Amino acid sequence: MLVTLRGARHDLAPTHRPVPTDQTMQRFSGFSLLRRGLSGHRDWQPQWRKAEPKAAYDAIIVGGGGHGLGAAYYLAKEHNLRNVAVLEKGWIGGGNTGRNTTIIRSNYLRDESAALYDHALKMWEGLSQELNYNVMFSQRGVLMLAHTVHDVQVFKRHVHANRANGVDNEWLTADEARAVCPLLQTDDIRYPVLGAAFQRRGGTARHDAVAWGYARAADALGVDIIENCEVTGIRRDANGEAQAVETSRGVIESRKIGVSAAGNTSVVLRMAGVRLPLESYPLQALVSEPVKPIFPCVVMSNTIHAYISQSDKGELVIGAGTDAYTSYTQRGGLHVSSHALEAICELFPMFRRMRMLRNWGGIVDVSPDRSPIIARTPVPGLYVNCGWGTGGFKATPGSAHLFAWTIARDRPHPINAPFTIERFREGRLIDEAAAAAVAH
Amino acid sequence: MLLIDCPYCGVRPELEFIYGGQAHVARPGNPAACSDEQWADFLYWRENSKGVHAERWRHTHGCGRFFNALRDTTNDRFLATYRVGERAPAAALERSGARDHE
Repeated sequence: MLVTLRGARHDLAPTHRPVPTDQTMQRFSGFSLLRRGLSGHRDWQPQWRKAEPKAAYDAIIVGGGGHGLGAAYYLAKEHNLRNVAVLEKGWIGGGNTGRNTTIIRSNYLRDESAALYDHALKMWEGLSQELNYNVMFSQRGVLMLAHTVHDVQVFKRHVHANRANGVDNEWLTADEARAVCPLLQTDDIRYPVLGAAFQRRGGTARHDAVAWGYARAADALGVDIIENCEVTGIRRDANGEAQAVETSRGVIESRKIGVSAAGNTSVVLRMAGVRLPLESYPLQALVSEPVKPIFPCVVMSNTIHAYISQSDKGELVIGAGTDAYTSYTQRGGLHVSSHALEAICELFPMFRRMRMLRNWGGIVDVSPDRSPIIARTPVPGLYVNCGWGTGGFKATPGSAHLFAWTIARDRPHPINAPFTIERFREGRLIDEAAAAAVAH
Repeated sequence: MLLIDCPYCGVRPELEFIYGGQAHVARPGNPAACSDEQWADFLYWRENSKGVHAERWRHTHGCGRFFNALRDTTNDRFLATYRVGERAPAAALERSGARDHE
């Protein structure tokens, strides 16, 4: 069995050997795993082709993270646009898709946000089946701790607003919270836990699998996934409409260009003369050495700022905060991580002797109201999906689905209609600072 | 952690400071005369530069004063710090090849 697993793991890693485009996608199942296990796992095909850029596409997605790959997949699957490319300057899933803490929830306050994030959560529930790829979505519940009277009032308001919107969320007393997460220290700490909001449908998923699953499924529908291809310019025609992208691998024409570039969105959109109300900050996370299964849910605390869950590999996955200043460095100050660890040690004294394996930063594009922008831009044919700030992973399937709709039909889906750029000029902000104040 | 050269106190650790966002964002003199576009520009639109960025810092746990800085956001290196009311040092801008920040 050990040999089987080792072989399977090796072959499940993304490979880049080209395969003929007409080859149908090899489906994963218990049976196919068993059959190939018996033959030494030598006949798995690569999960996606290493595509060369063509001269022109019906649509181009800039940014090969979960949001971008997913958008390409839905363009091909639901809008019948098969001549689509995803351009990624590095390797797919190497940006914020591979750098987040994988928390999924939809307990946002505003009606617009509840509709958006719950659309995504419902899609998560069927995503592994949809993609024939195990994204390891685990609805283990997300517990958000209240430490002050203000927290209690805000969270209860969230619970009521969520339930009115058909989003599950419930208020737990400190004792009930401890019953959910027995490791939690609620008393004898600087900010005792007064209670918690608990979304049972929330949880985690395997971030790499989301990128790889979308890449594989999109590739099977004919989408070209082009890595190491950095966009360096956006060309517009005489009418000002999007015409082509200049890349490190040549000029590629397309009349529909969707930008899904997270922290680098401002940089890419500026190439087309579009400015956005975004600022890019480093957001840090870290993981511990792996230990046996010990942590049953996701715990978040906005007030003392920490969030934690345990991956299926056994590592404690810990989210720290953003640095104070804008930056593109994909790292951050150690004091930001230390601060999160101090809070973790206070809430979970048994983790005080855990060792941290590694920490890193991702560049998050923060909008003024902490809500995303999924919209057309002032340049016809140019679309943007950005502003997810510190919490975009949870929305991946929903975001990708709505972005594909917007690109294909040149108008927003009713769910993302409020999430425009113009809302900042019209005063129609969707204020999620309370739900999104770094803690995700 | 960054080391920041306060123009009044000298080099101190980042923890003594608070970040004040993009520098030289002037509040419109007559807000009532602004269009929605101009007002939104003032409130929400920022450069978000990848490269040299002019920004404000406040030495909260020191002299308490605001000052401006030029920092390269691709490596977090400070090119210069300067007092409020002063122009960004031309030498630092030249080194970076950036345009003038008024």
